[in-house]
Amino acid sequence: MSLSYIFKRLLGMVPLLLGVSLILFGVLHLAPGGPLDVYADNPSVTQEALDQMKRAFGLDQPLPVQYFRWVTAFFQGEWGYSIRTSQPVMEEVLARIPATLMLSGSAFFLALLVALPLGILSATRRYTGVDYFITLMSFLGISMPVFWLALMLQLLFAVQWRVLPSAGMQTIGDGSLPDLLRHLVLPVFILAFASVAGWSRYMRSSMVEILSQDYIRTARAKGVSARRVTYSHAFRNALIPVVTVVALDSAAILSGAVITETIFAWPGLGRLFIDSMNGRDYPVLMALLMVGSFALVLSNLIADLAYSLIDPRIRYD
Amino acid sequence: MTDTLKRSPASRKRPEGFWPTLIARFLKHKLAVLGLVVLIILGLLAIFAPFLAPYTFDGQDASIIGQPQPPSAKHWMGTDQLGRDAFTRVLYGARISLMVGLFSALLATFLGTLVGALSGYYRGWTDAVLMRVTDVVLCIPLLPLIILLSGILRPSVTLLIAIVGSLSWMGTARLVRSQFLSLREREFVEASRALGGGDNRVMFRHILPNALGPIIVSTTLSVGGTIMLESALSFLGLGVQPPTPTWGNLLNYASQWLTGAPWLAIFPGLMILITVLAVNFLGDGLRDAFDPRN
Repeated sequence: MSLSYIFKRLLGMVPLLLGVSLILFGVLHLAPGGPLDVYADNPSVTQEALDQMKRAFGLDQPLPVQYFRWVTAFFQGEWGYSIRTSQPVMEEVLARIPATLMLSGSAFFLALLVALPLGILSATRRYTGVDYFITLMSFLGISMPVFWLALMLQLLFAVQWRVLPSAGMQTIGDGSLPDLLRHLVLPVFILAFASVAGWSRYMRSSMVEILSQDYIRTARAKGVSARRVTYSHAFRNALIPVVTVVALDSAAILSGAVITETIFAWPGLGRLFIDSMNGRDYPVLMALLMVGSFALVLSNLIADLAYSLIDPRIRYD
Repeated sequence: MTDTLKRSPASRKRPEGFWPTLIARFLKHKLAVLGLVVLIILGLLAIFAPFLAPYTFDGQDASIIGQPQPPSAKHWMGTDQLGRDAFTRVLYGARISLMVGLFSALLATFLGTLVGALSGYYRGWTDAVLMRVTDVVLCIPLLPLIILLSGILRPSVTLLIAIVGSLSWMGTARLVRSQFLSLREREFVEASRALGGGDNRVMFRHILPNALGPIIVSTTLSVGGTIMLESALSFLGLGVQPPTPTWGNLLNYASQWLTGAPWLAIFPGLMILITVLAVNFLGDGLRDAFDPRN
């Protein structure tokens, strides 16, 4: 893997993101209602004032002109101002990133820590009770409406037993770390839950396939211990397809955070998204969707690069 | 003659032909059969809800308005604050939830099959353009976009189906494309073309039926995804609007009563879980039946 390859791939992201921006801009502007709808019902805002705002925001220009002006500005880092709060959009977005990263990052690592061992256990104990149990559980996990599970956990832990806070990031006036961790438990568990079932299935089927290979039989025949066969011969090779899925899903965790953050009133990007939607705050919405697709494109690239890092047989030039 | 047949149990036991073999393989998958049975029951309950439900879905019992009542002999799943029977509303909720799930998955399959078939059959620049578009759509964070569109448009059931369906076709398109790419090189396709079959005939009468297995499997599995998506949207208050009950908006309502009336939250969610679980078992069984190597 060379630097020029990475550079080439980074360049390849530009047309993709341009395509995404065109679709998003088109969809949002063809939908009925516009960014000034919030003022439409307000009797103290006159028609002249509305027209003036339209001109000021450039909303009286033809759509292609609006798109061109927006996209050139956006890619230069000029993300405009929020209609709702009048703050620069970039500041609004950046301010929410740490909360979301804390939530989805913890969920990501928790999901990995649970899913990989479960998959290995299931594969090495294939067709035993343990395997059937894990398989059944993962079917339950894939089919679980996580927002409902979130409600049930809130009901148990916050309402019935009162051991965990039901929502928010901090108790007011208590900025301590234990308090933050207590608030993290439920949303992180819920967000991780959705990924564990899928990932452990992938780990299992990949591991099963590797364990039936000739070189595994050779290793066993040479007298290598079962533990060593599993962890140093099979595990690394089984990881290759899993890494791709995990990297691709890491951006999906970010999307899933929209629902989780809404349920648990977590002050991250997802909440900002819902708040901006309710306020018809188009500049912020466009910026958030673009950040989301940037994360998706980046996760694709990381999946490819990680692939070649783990498996030296794969080379990109 | 009959004697020789009786003496070879192998030829008697093994069903012949494509469909009997398929059905025999499917029936061996106990959980998949269970899933199918559950789905048929749920479908019948949904269709006949007006006859089965003990009350009307917006009928209120004036004597108990104001406070949700816990489950009792009269109201199996309790009542909500407006004195409406929760069991009736869950039953009616099945109608919308199943309909949105099924029809948006079918719409997605239709679009995906069309894109994939054109792409894989014509190749060249048609393929290049369609696949670049697919790549770009795959780079959009779809859950937020669907949430946003529902939030802006406040969709009717039909529009909701259109939104969900028109943004979930990409997987099917890639799948169908790869099927078409390999099937179009086979002899029977050449034969059909030599006999004067036009593009449409070759594509949809000859190639498509051979790609049907994987398409059916992916449609089935995506019904689970679309039911979940509709529930999530309605749960956020963005999907189907009350008073029409769906499992998602029943949960939205229940979340405000979590402390006082937890039973309202338990049943709709349980129904979603059971339905999606049944769909996933069914899809898994169909996959094994269509592709025994797996």
